Amino acid sequence: MFYREAGQFHTSYAQDTQLFPLRQDRVGMAITLLAAFALPAVANDYWLSAILIPWLILALVALGQNILMGYAGQLSLGSAGFMAVGAFACYNFILRIDGIPFVLAVLLSGVCAAIIGIVFGLPSLRIRGLYLAVATLASQFFIVWALDKFGWFKNYDTSGVITTQPIIIFGHNFATPAEKYWVVLVIVAVLTLLAKNLARGSVGRAWMAVRDMDVAAEVMGLSLLRTKLQAFAISSFYCGVGGALFAFAYLQTVEPSAFTIDLSFRILFMVIIGGLGTIMGSFLGAAFILLIPVFLNIVFHAAFGHHVDSTLTSALEQVIFGATIIAFLILEPLGLARLWQLTKERLRLWPFSH
Amino acid sequence: MEDFRFFIEVLVGGLLSGLMYSLVALGFVLIYKASGVFNFAQGSMVFLAVLSFVGFMELGLPFWAALPVTIGMMVLVGMATERLVLRPLVGQSDTTLLMATIGLAFIIEGVAQIAWGVDVRRLDLGIHDEPIMWLADNFEILISQLDIAAGIVAGLMVVALALLFSRTKVGRGLRAVADDPAAALSIGIPLSHIWMLVWATAGVVALVAGMLWGARSGVQFALVLVALKALPVLIIGGFTSVPGVIVAGLIVGATEKVAEVYIGPYFGGGIEGWAPYMLAVLFLLVRPEGLFGEKIIRRV
Repeated sequence: MFYREAGQFHTSYAQDTQLFPLRQDRVGMAITLLAAFALPAVANDYWLSAILIPWLILALVALGQNILMGYAGQLSLGSAGFMAVGAFACYNFILRIDGIPFVLAVLLSGVCAAIIGIVFGLPSLRIRGLYLAVATLASQFFIVWALDKFGWFKNYDTSGVITTQPIIIFGHNFATPAEKYWVVLVIVAVLTLLAKNLARGSVGRAWMAVRDMDVAAEVMGLSLLRTKLQAFAISSFYCGVGGALFAFAYLQTVEPSAFTIDLSFRILFMVIIGGLGTIMGSFLGAAFILLIPVFLNIVFHAAFGHHVDSTLTSALEQVIFGATIIAFLILEPLGLARLWQLTKERLRLWPFSH
Repeated sequence: MEDFRFFIEVLVGGLLSGLMYSLVALGFVLIYKASGVFNFAQGSMVFLAVLSFVGFMELGLPFWAALPVTIGMMVLVGMATERLVLRPLVGQSDTTLLMATIGLAFIIEGVAQIAWGVDVRRLDLGIHDEPIMWLADNFEILISQLDIAAGIVAGLMVVALALLFSRTKVGRGLRAVADDPAAALSIGIPLSHIWMLVWATAGVVALVAGMLWGARSGVQFALVLVALKALPVLIIGGFTSVPGVIVAGLIVGATEKVAEVYIGPYFGGGIEGWAPYMLAVLFLLVRPEGLFGEKIIRRV
């Protein structure tokens, strides 16, 4: 009923290959984007700075992880390490290059992360699966250690917690939550569209071919070296940009301890719960993982009143977290994105489903 | 001479603490060998086991009563894991199973903290982390009693497990299942019993490892991280080899300590955290199946 493609004919190749072939999708996308831009008018500062900004940023990082894991099939447990590279690179670019535009600094930090990502992606040429996961753990530990150890990265700051520079674009200081939200939204929206385009193009098809069967992909003439390292580079680029935004727009500090292996796991969970190999899933998964604690907090407060033991709630939160992951793996291995797709299919036939 | 003595001290200390990693890694190998699951929750099981042990003792149980109770509990935990988490996921990809065990790790850590709280506890086994006087007096080498004890326990565990795998009916069943679950099923090996048994054994191994680690560094949440240290041990030793894990533990322990003492100062120290991983990655590049692992890795 709502989601019917009947009557929409594609009469040219360009129409057939456009990003959103269905009118509903185009309209829906436009409305979503408009609503996203208008959101600060209705959302308060708490929602903007504690939920929406981290949601967009983590969705971007999850997208990066999804490119590597969902599209290219390379299991990685080091995404927080690449985020840390991005965050510190951004801090140093702004610190050391006078008058560098913020957006350029963010993109350059993504490039830095991509280079590091290629280096740590090299083992993927020899190993796969679980072994690769352990190898990527090396990157996680090494990067955080190196950033912590060598004073240059932190500009010899001894406090361990560095306040980030203000976000200045074209001479305007983006200081309020709403302004930061817009900066994040624009960057995330552009990069997401880019990722969607990459994923359906020859690059993405090459990734999927390697994921599904690398030997067959190689026989068809794909260079495994190029495809895999490309996936690592682009994935790390997204993580790096996400890390820079995470530090500048959300935490407002740069510190190695913000990028622990715990964060890597959370990002991994976002991808699994959201749905491997889907763009939409990264956003849904990030929202889900971010909102669980908020939701549980409300429930706990309602259940126990105000004297809630915070260690107890965080432990309970962990249990529910883990249980959710397992439940998803057992019941819906394809994640929230699959549920969304099923809903769309239903809407297509509704109300006459037979 | 002084330098040499110091080197020996560092080396032996490293070797022995490497055995403690091996103990943790043993739990991984057991489960991987029998069911092909890379059990990321092994570290959490170590934590849960020793925390419960100390917890039972705090409730007033004597040492020898707390031990069987904890073992019983770990067996139950292992069986429940097999039943509730892994059986519904039979036949899924390695990655899926790995992620399920990461979820399991979250659950176990959470439950352990809900049940016993988050305080750091002391565990007194009667063996202290102090140098052995006899060695110190005669050779002026400082080697910890606890390290020696850990070495002996690790050795015993390996012998016991090796006997279990090679000599008993259950062990033969285990190896058959590891080789080909379908074929094992078809000749009448009760698959689910075998898996439950493996998980239960892994729980007991976790308890032993946890007790030694707890005696050394206190019973605390950081024990979970020991499992992360055990991963390079696994990589180097090969996922399926019990002796490999021991040798790899020795290598990792020695490298870690020697690197920390002799190379660490050039970087400002703290390289212990990642040096084993780098070693593991180097190993992977040269010999992806590990030292003693079966050559079943698909080259890519």
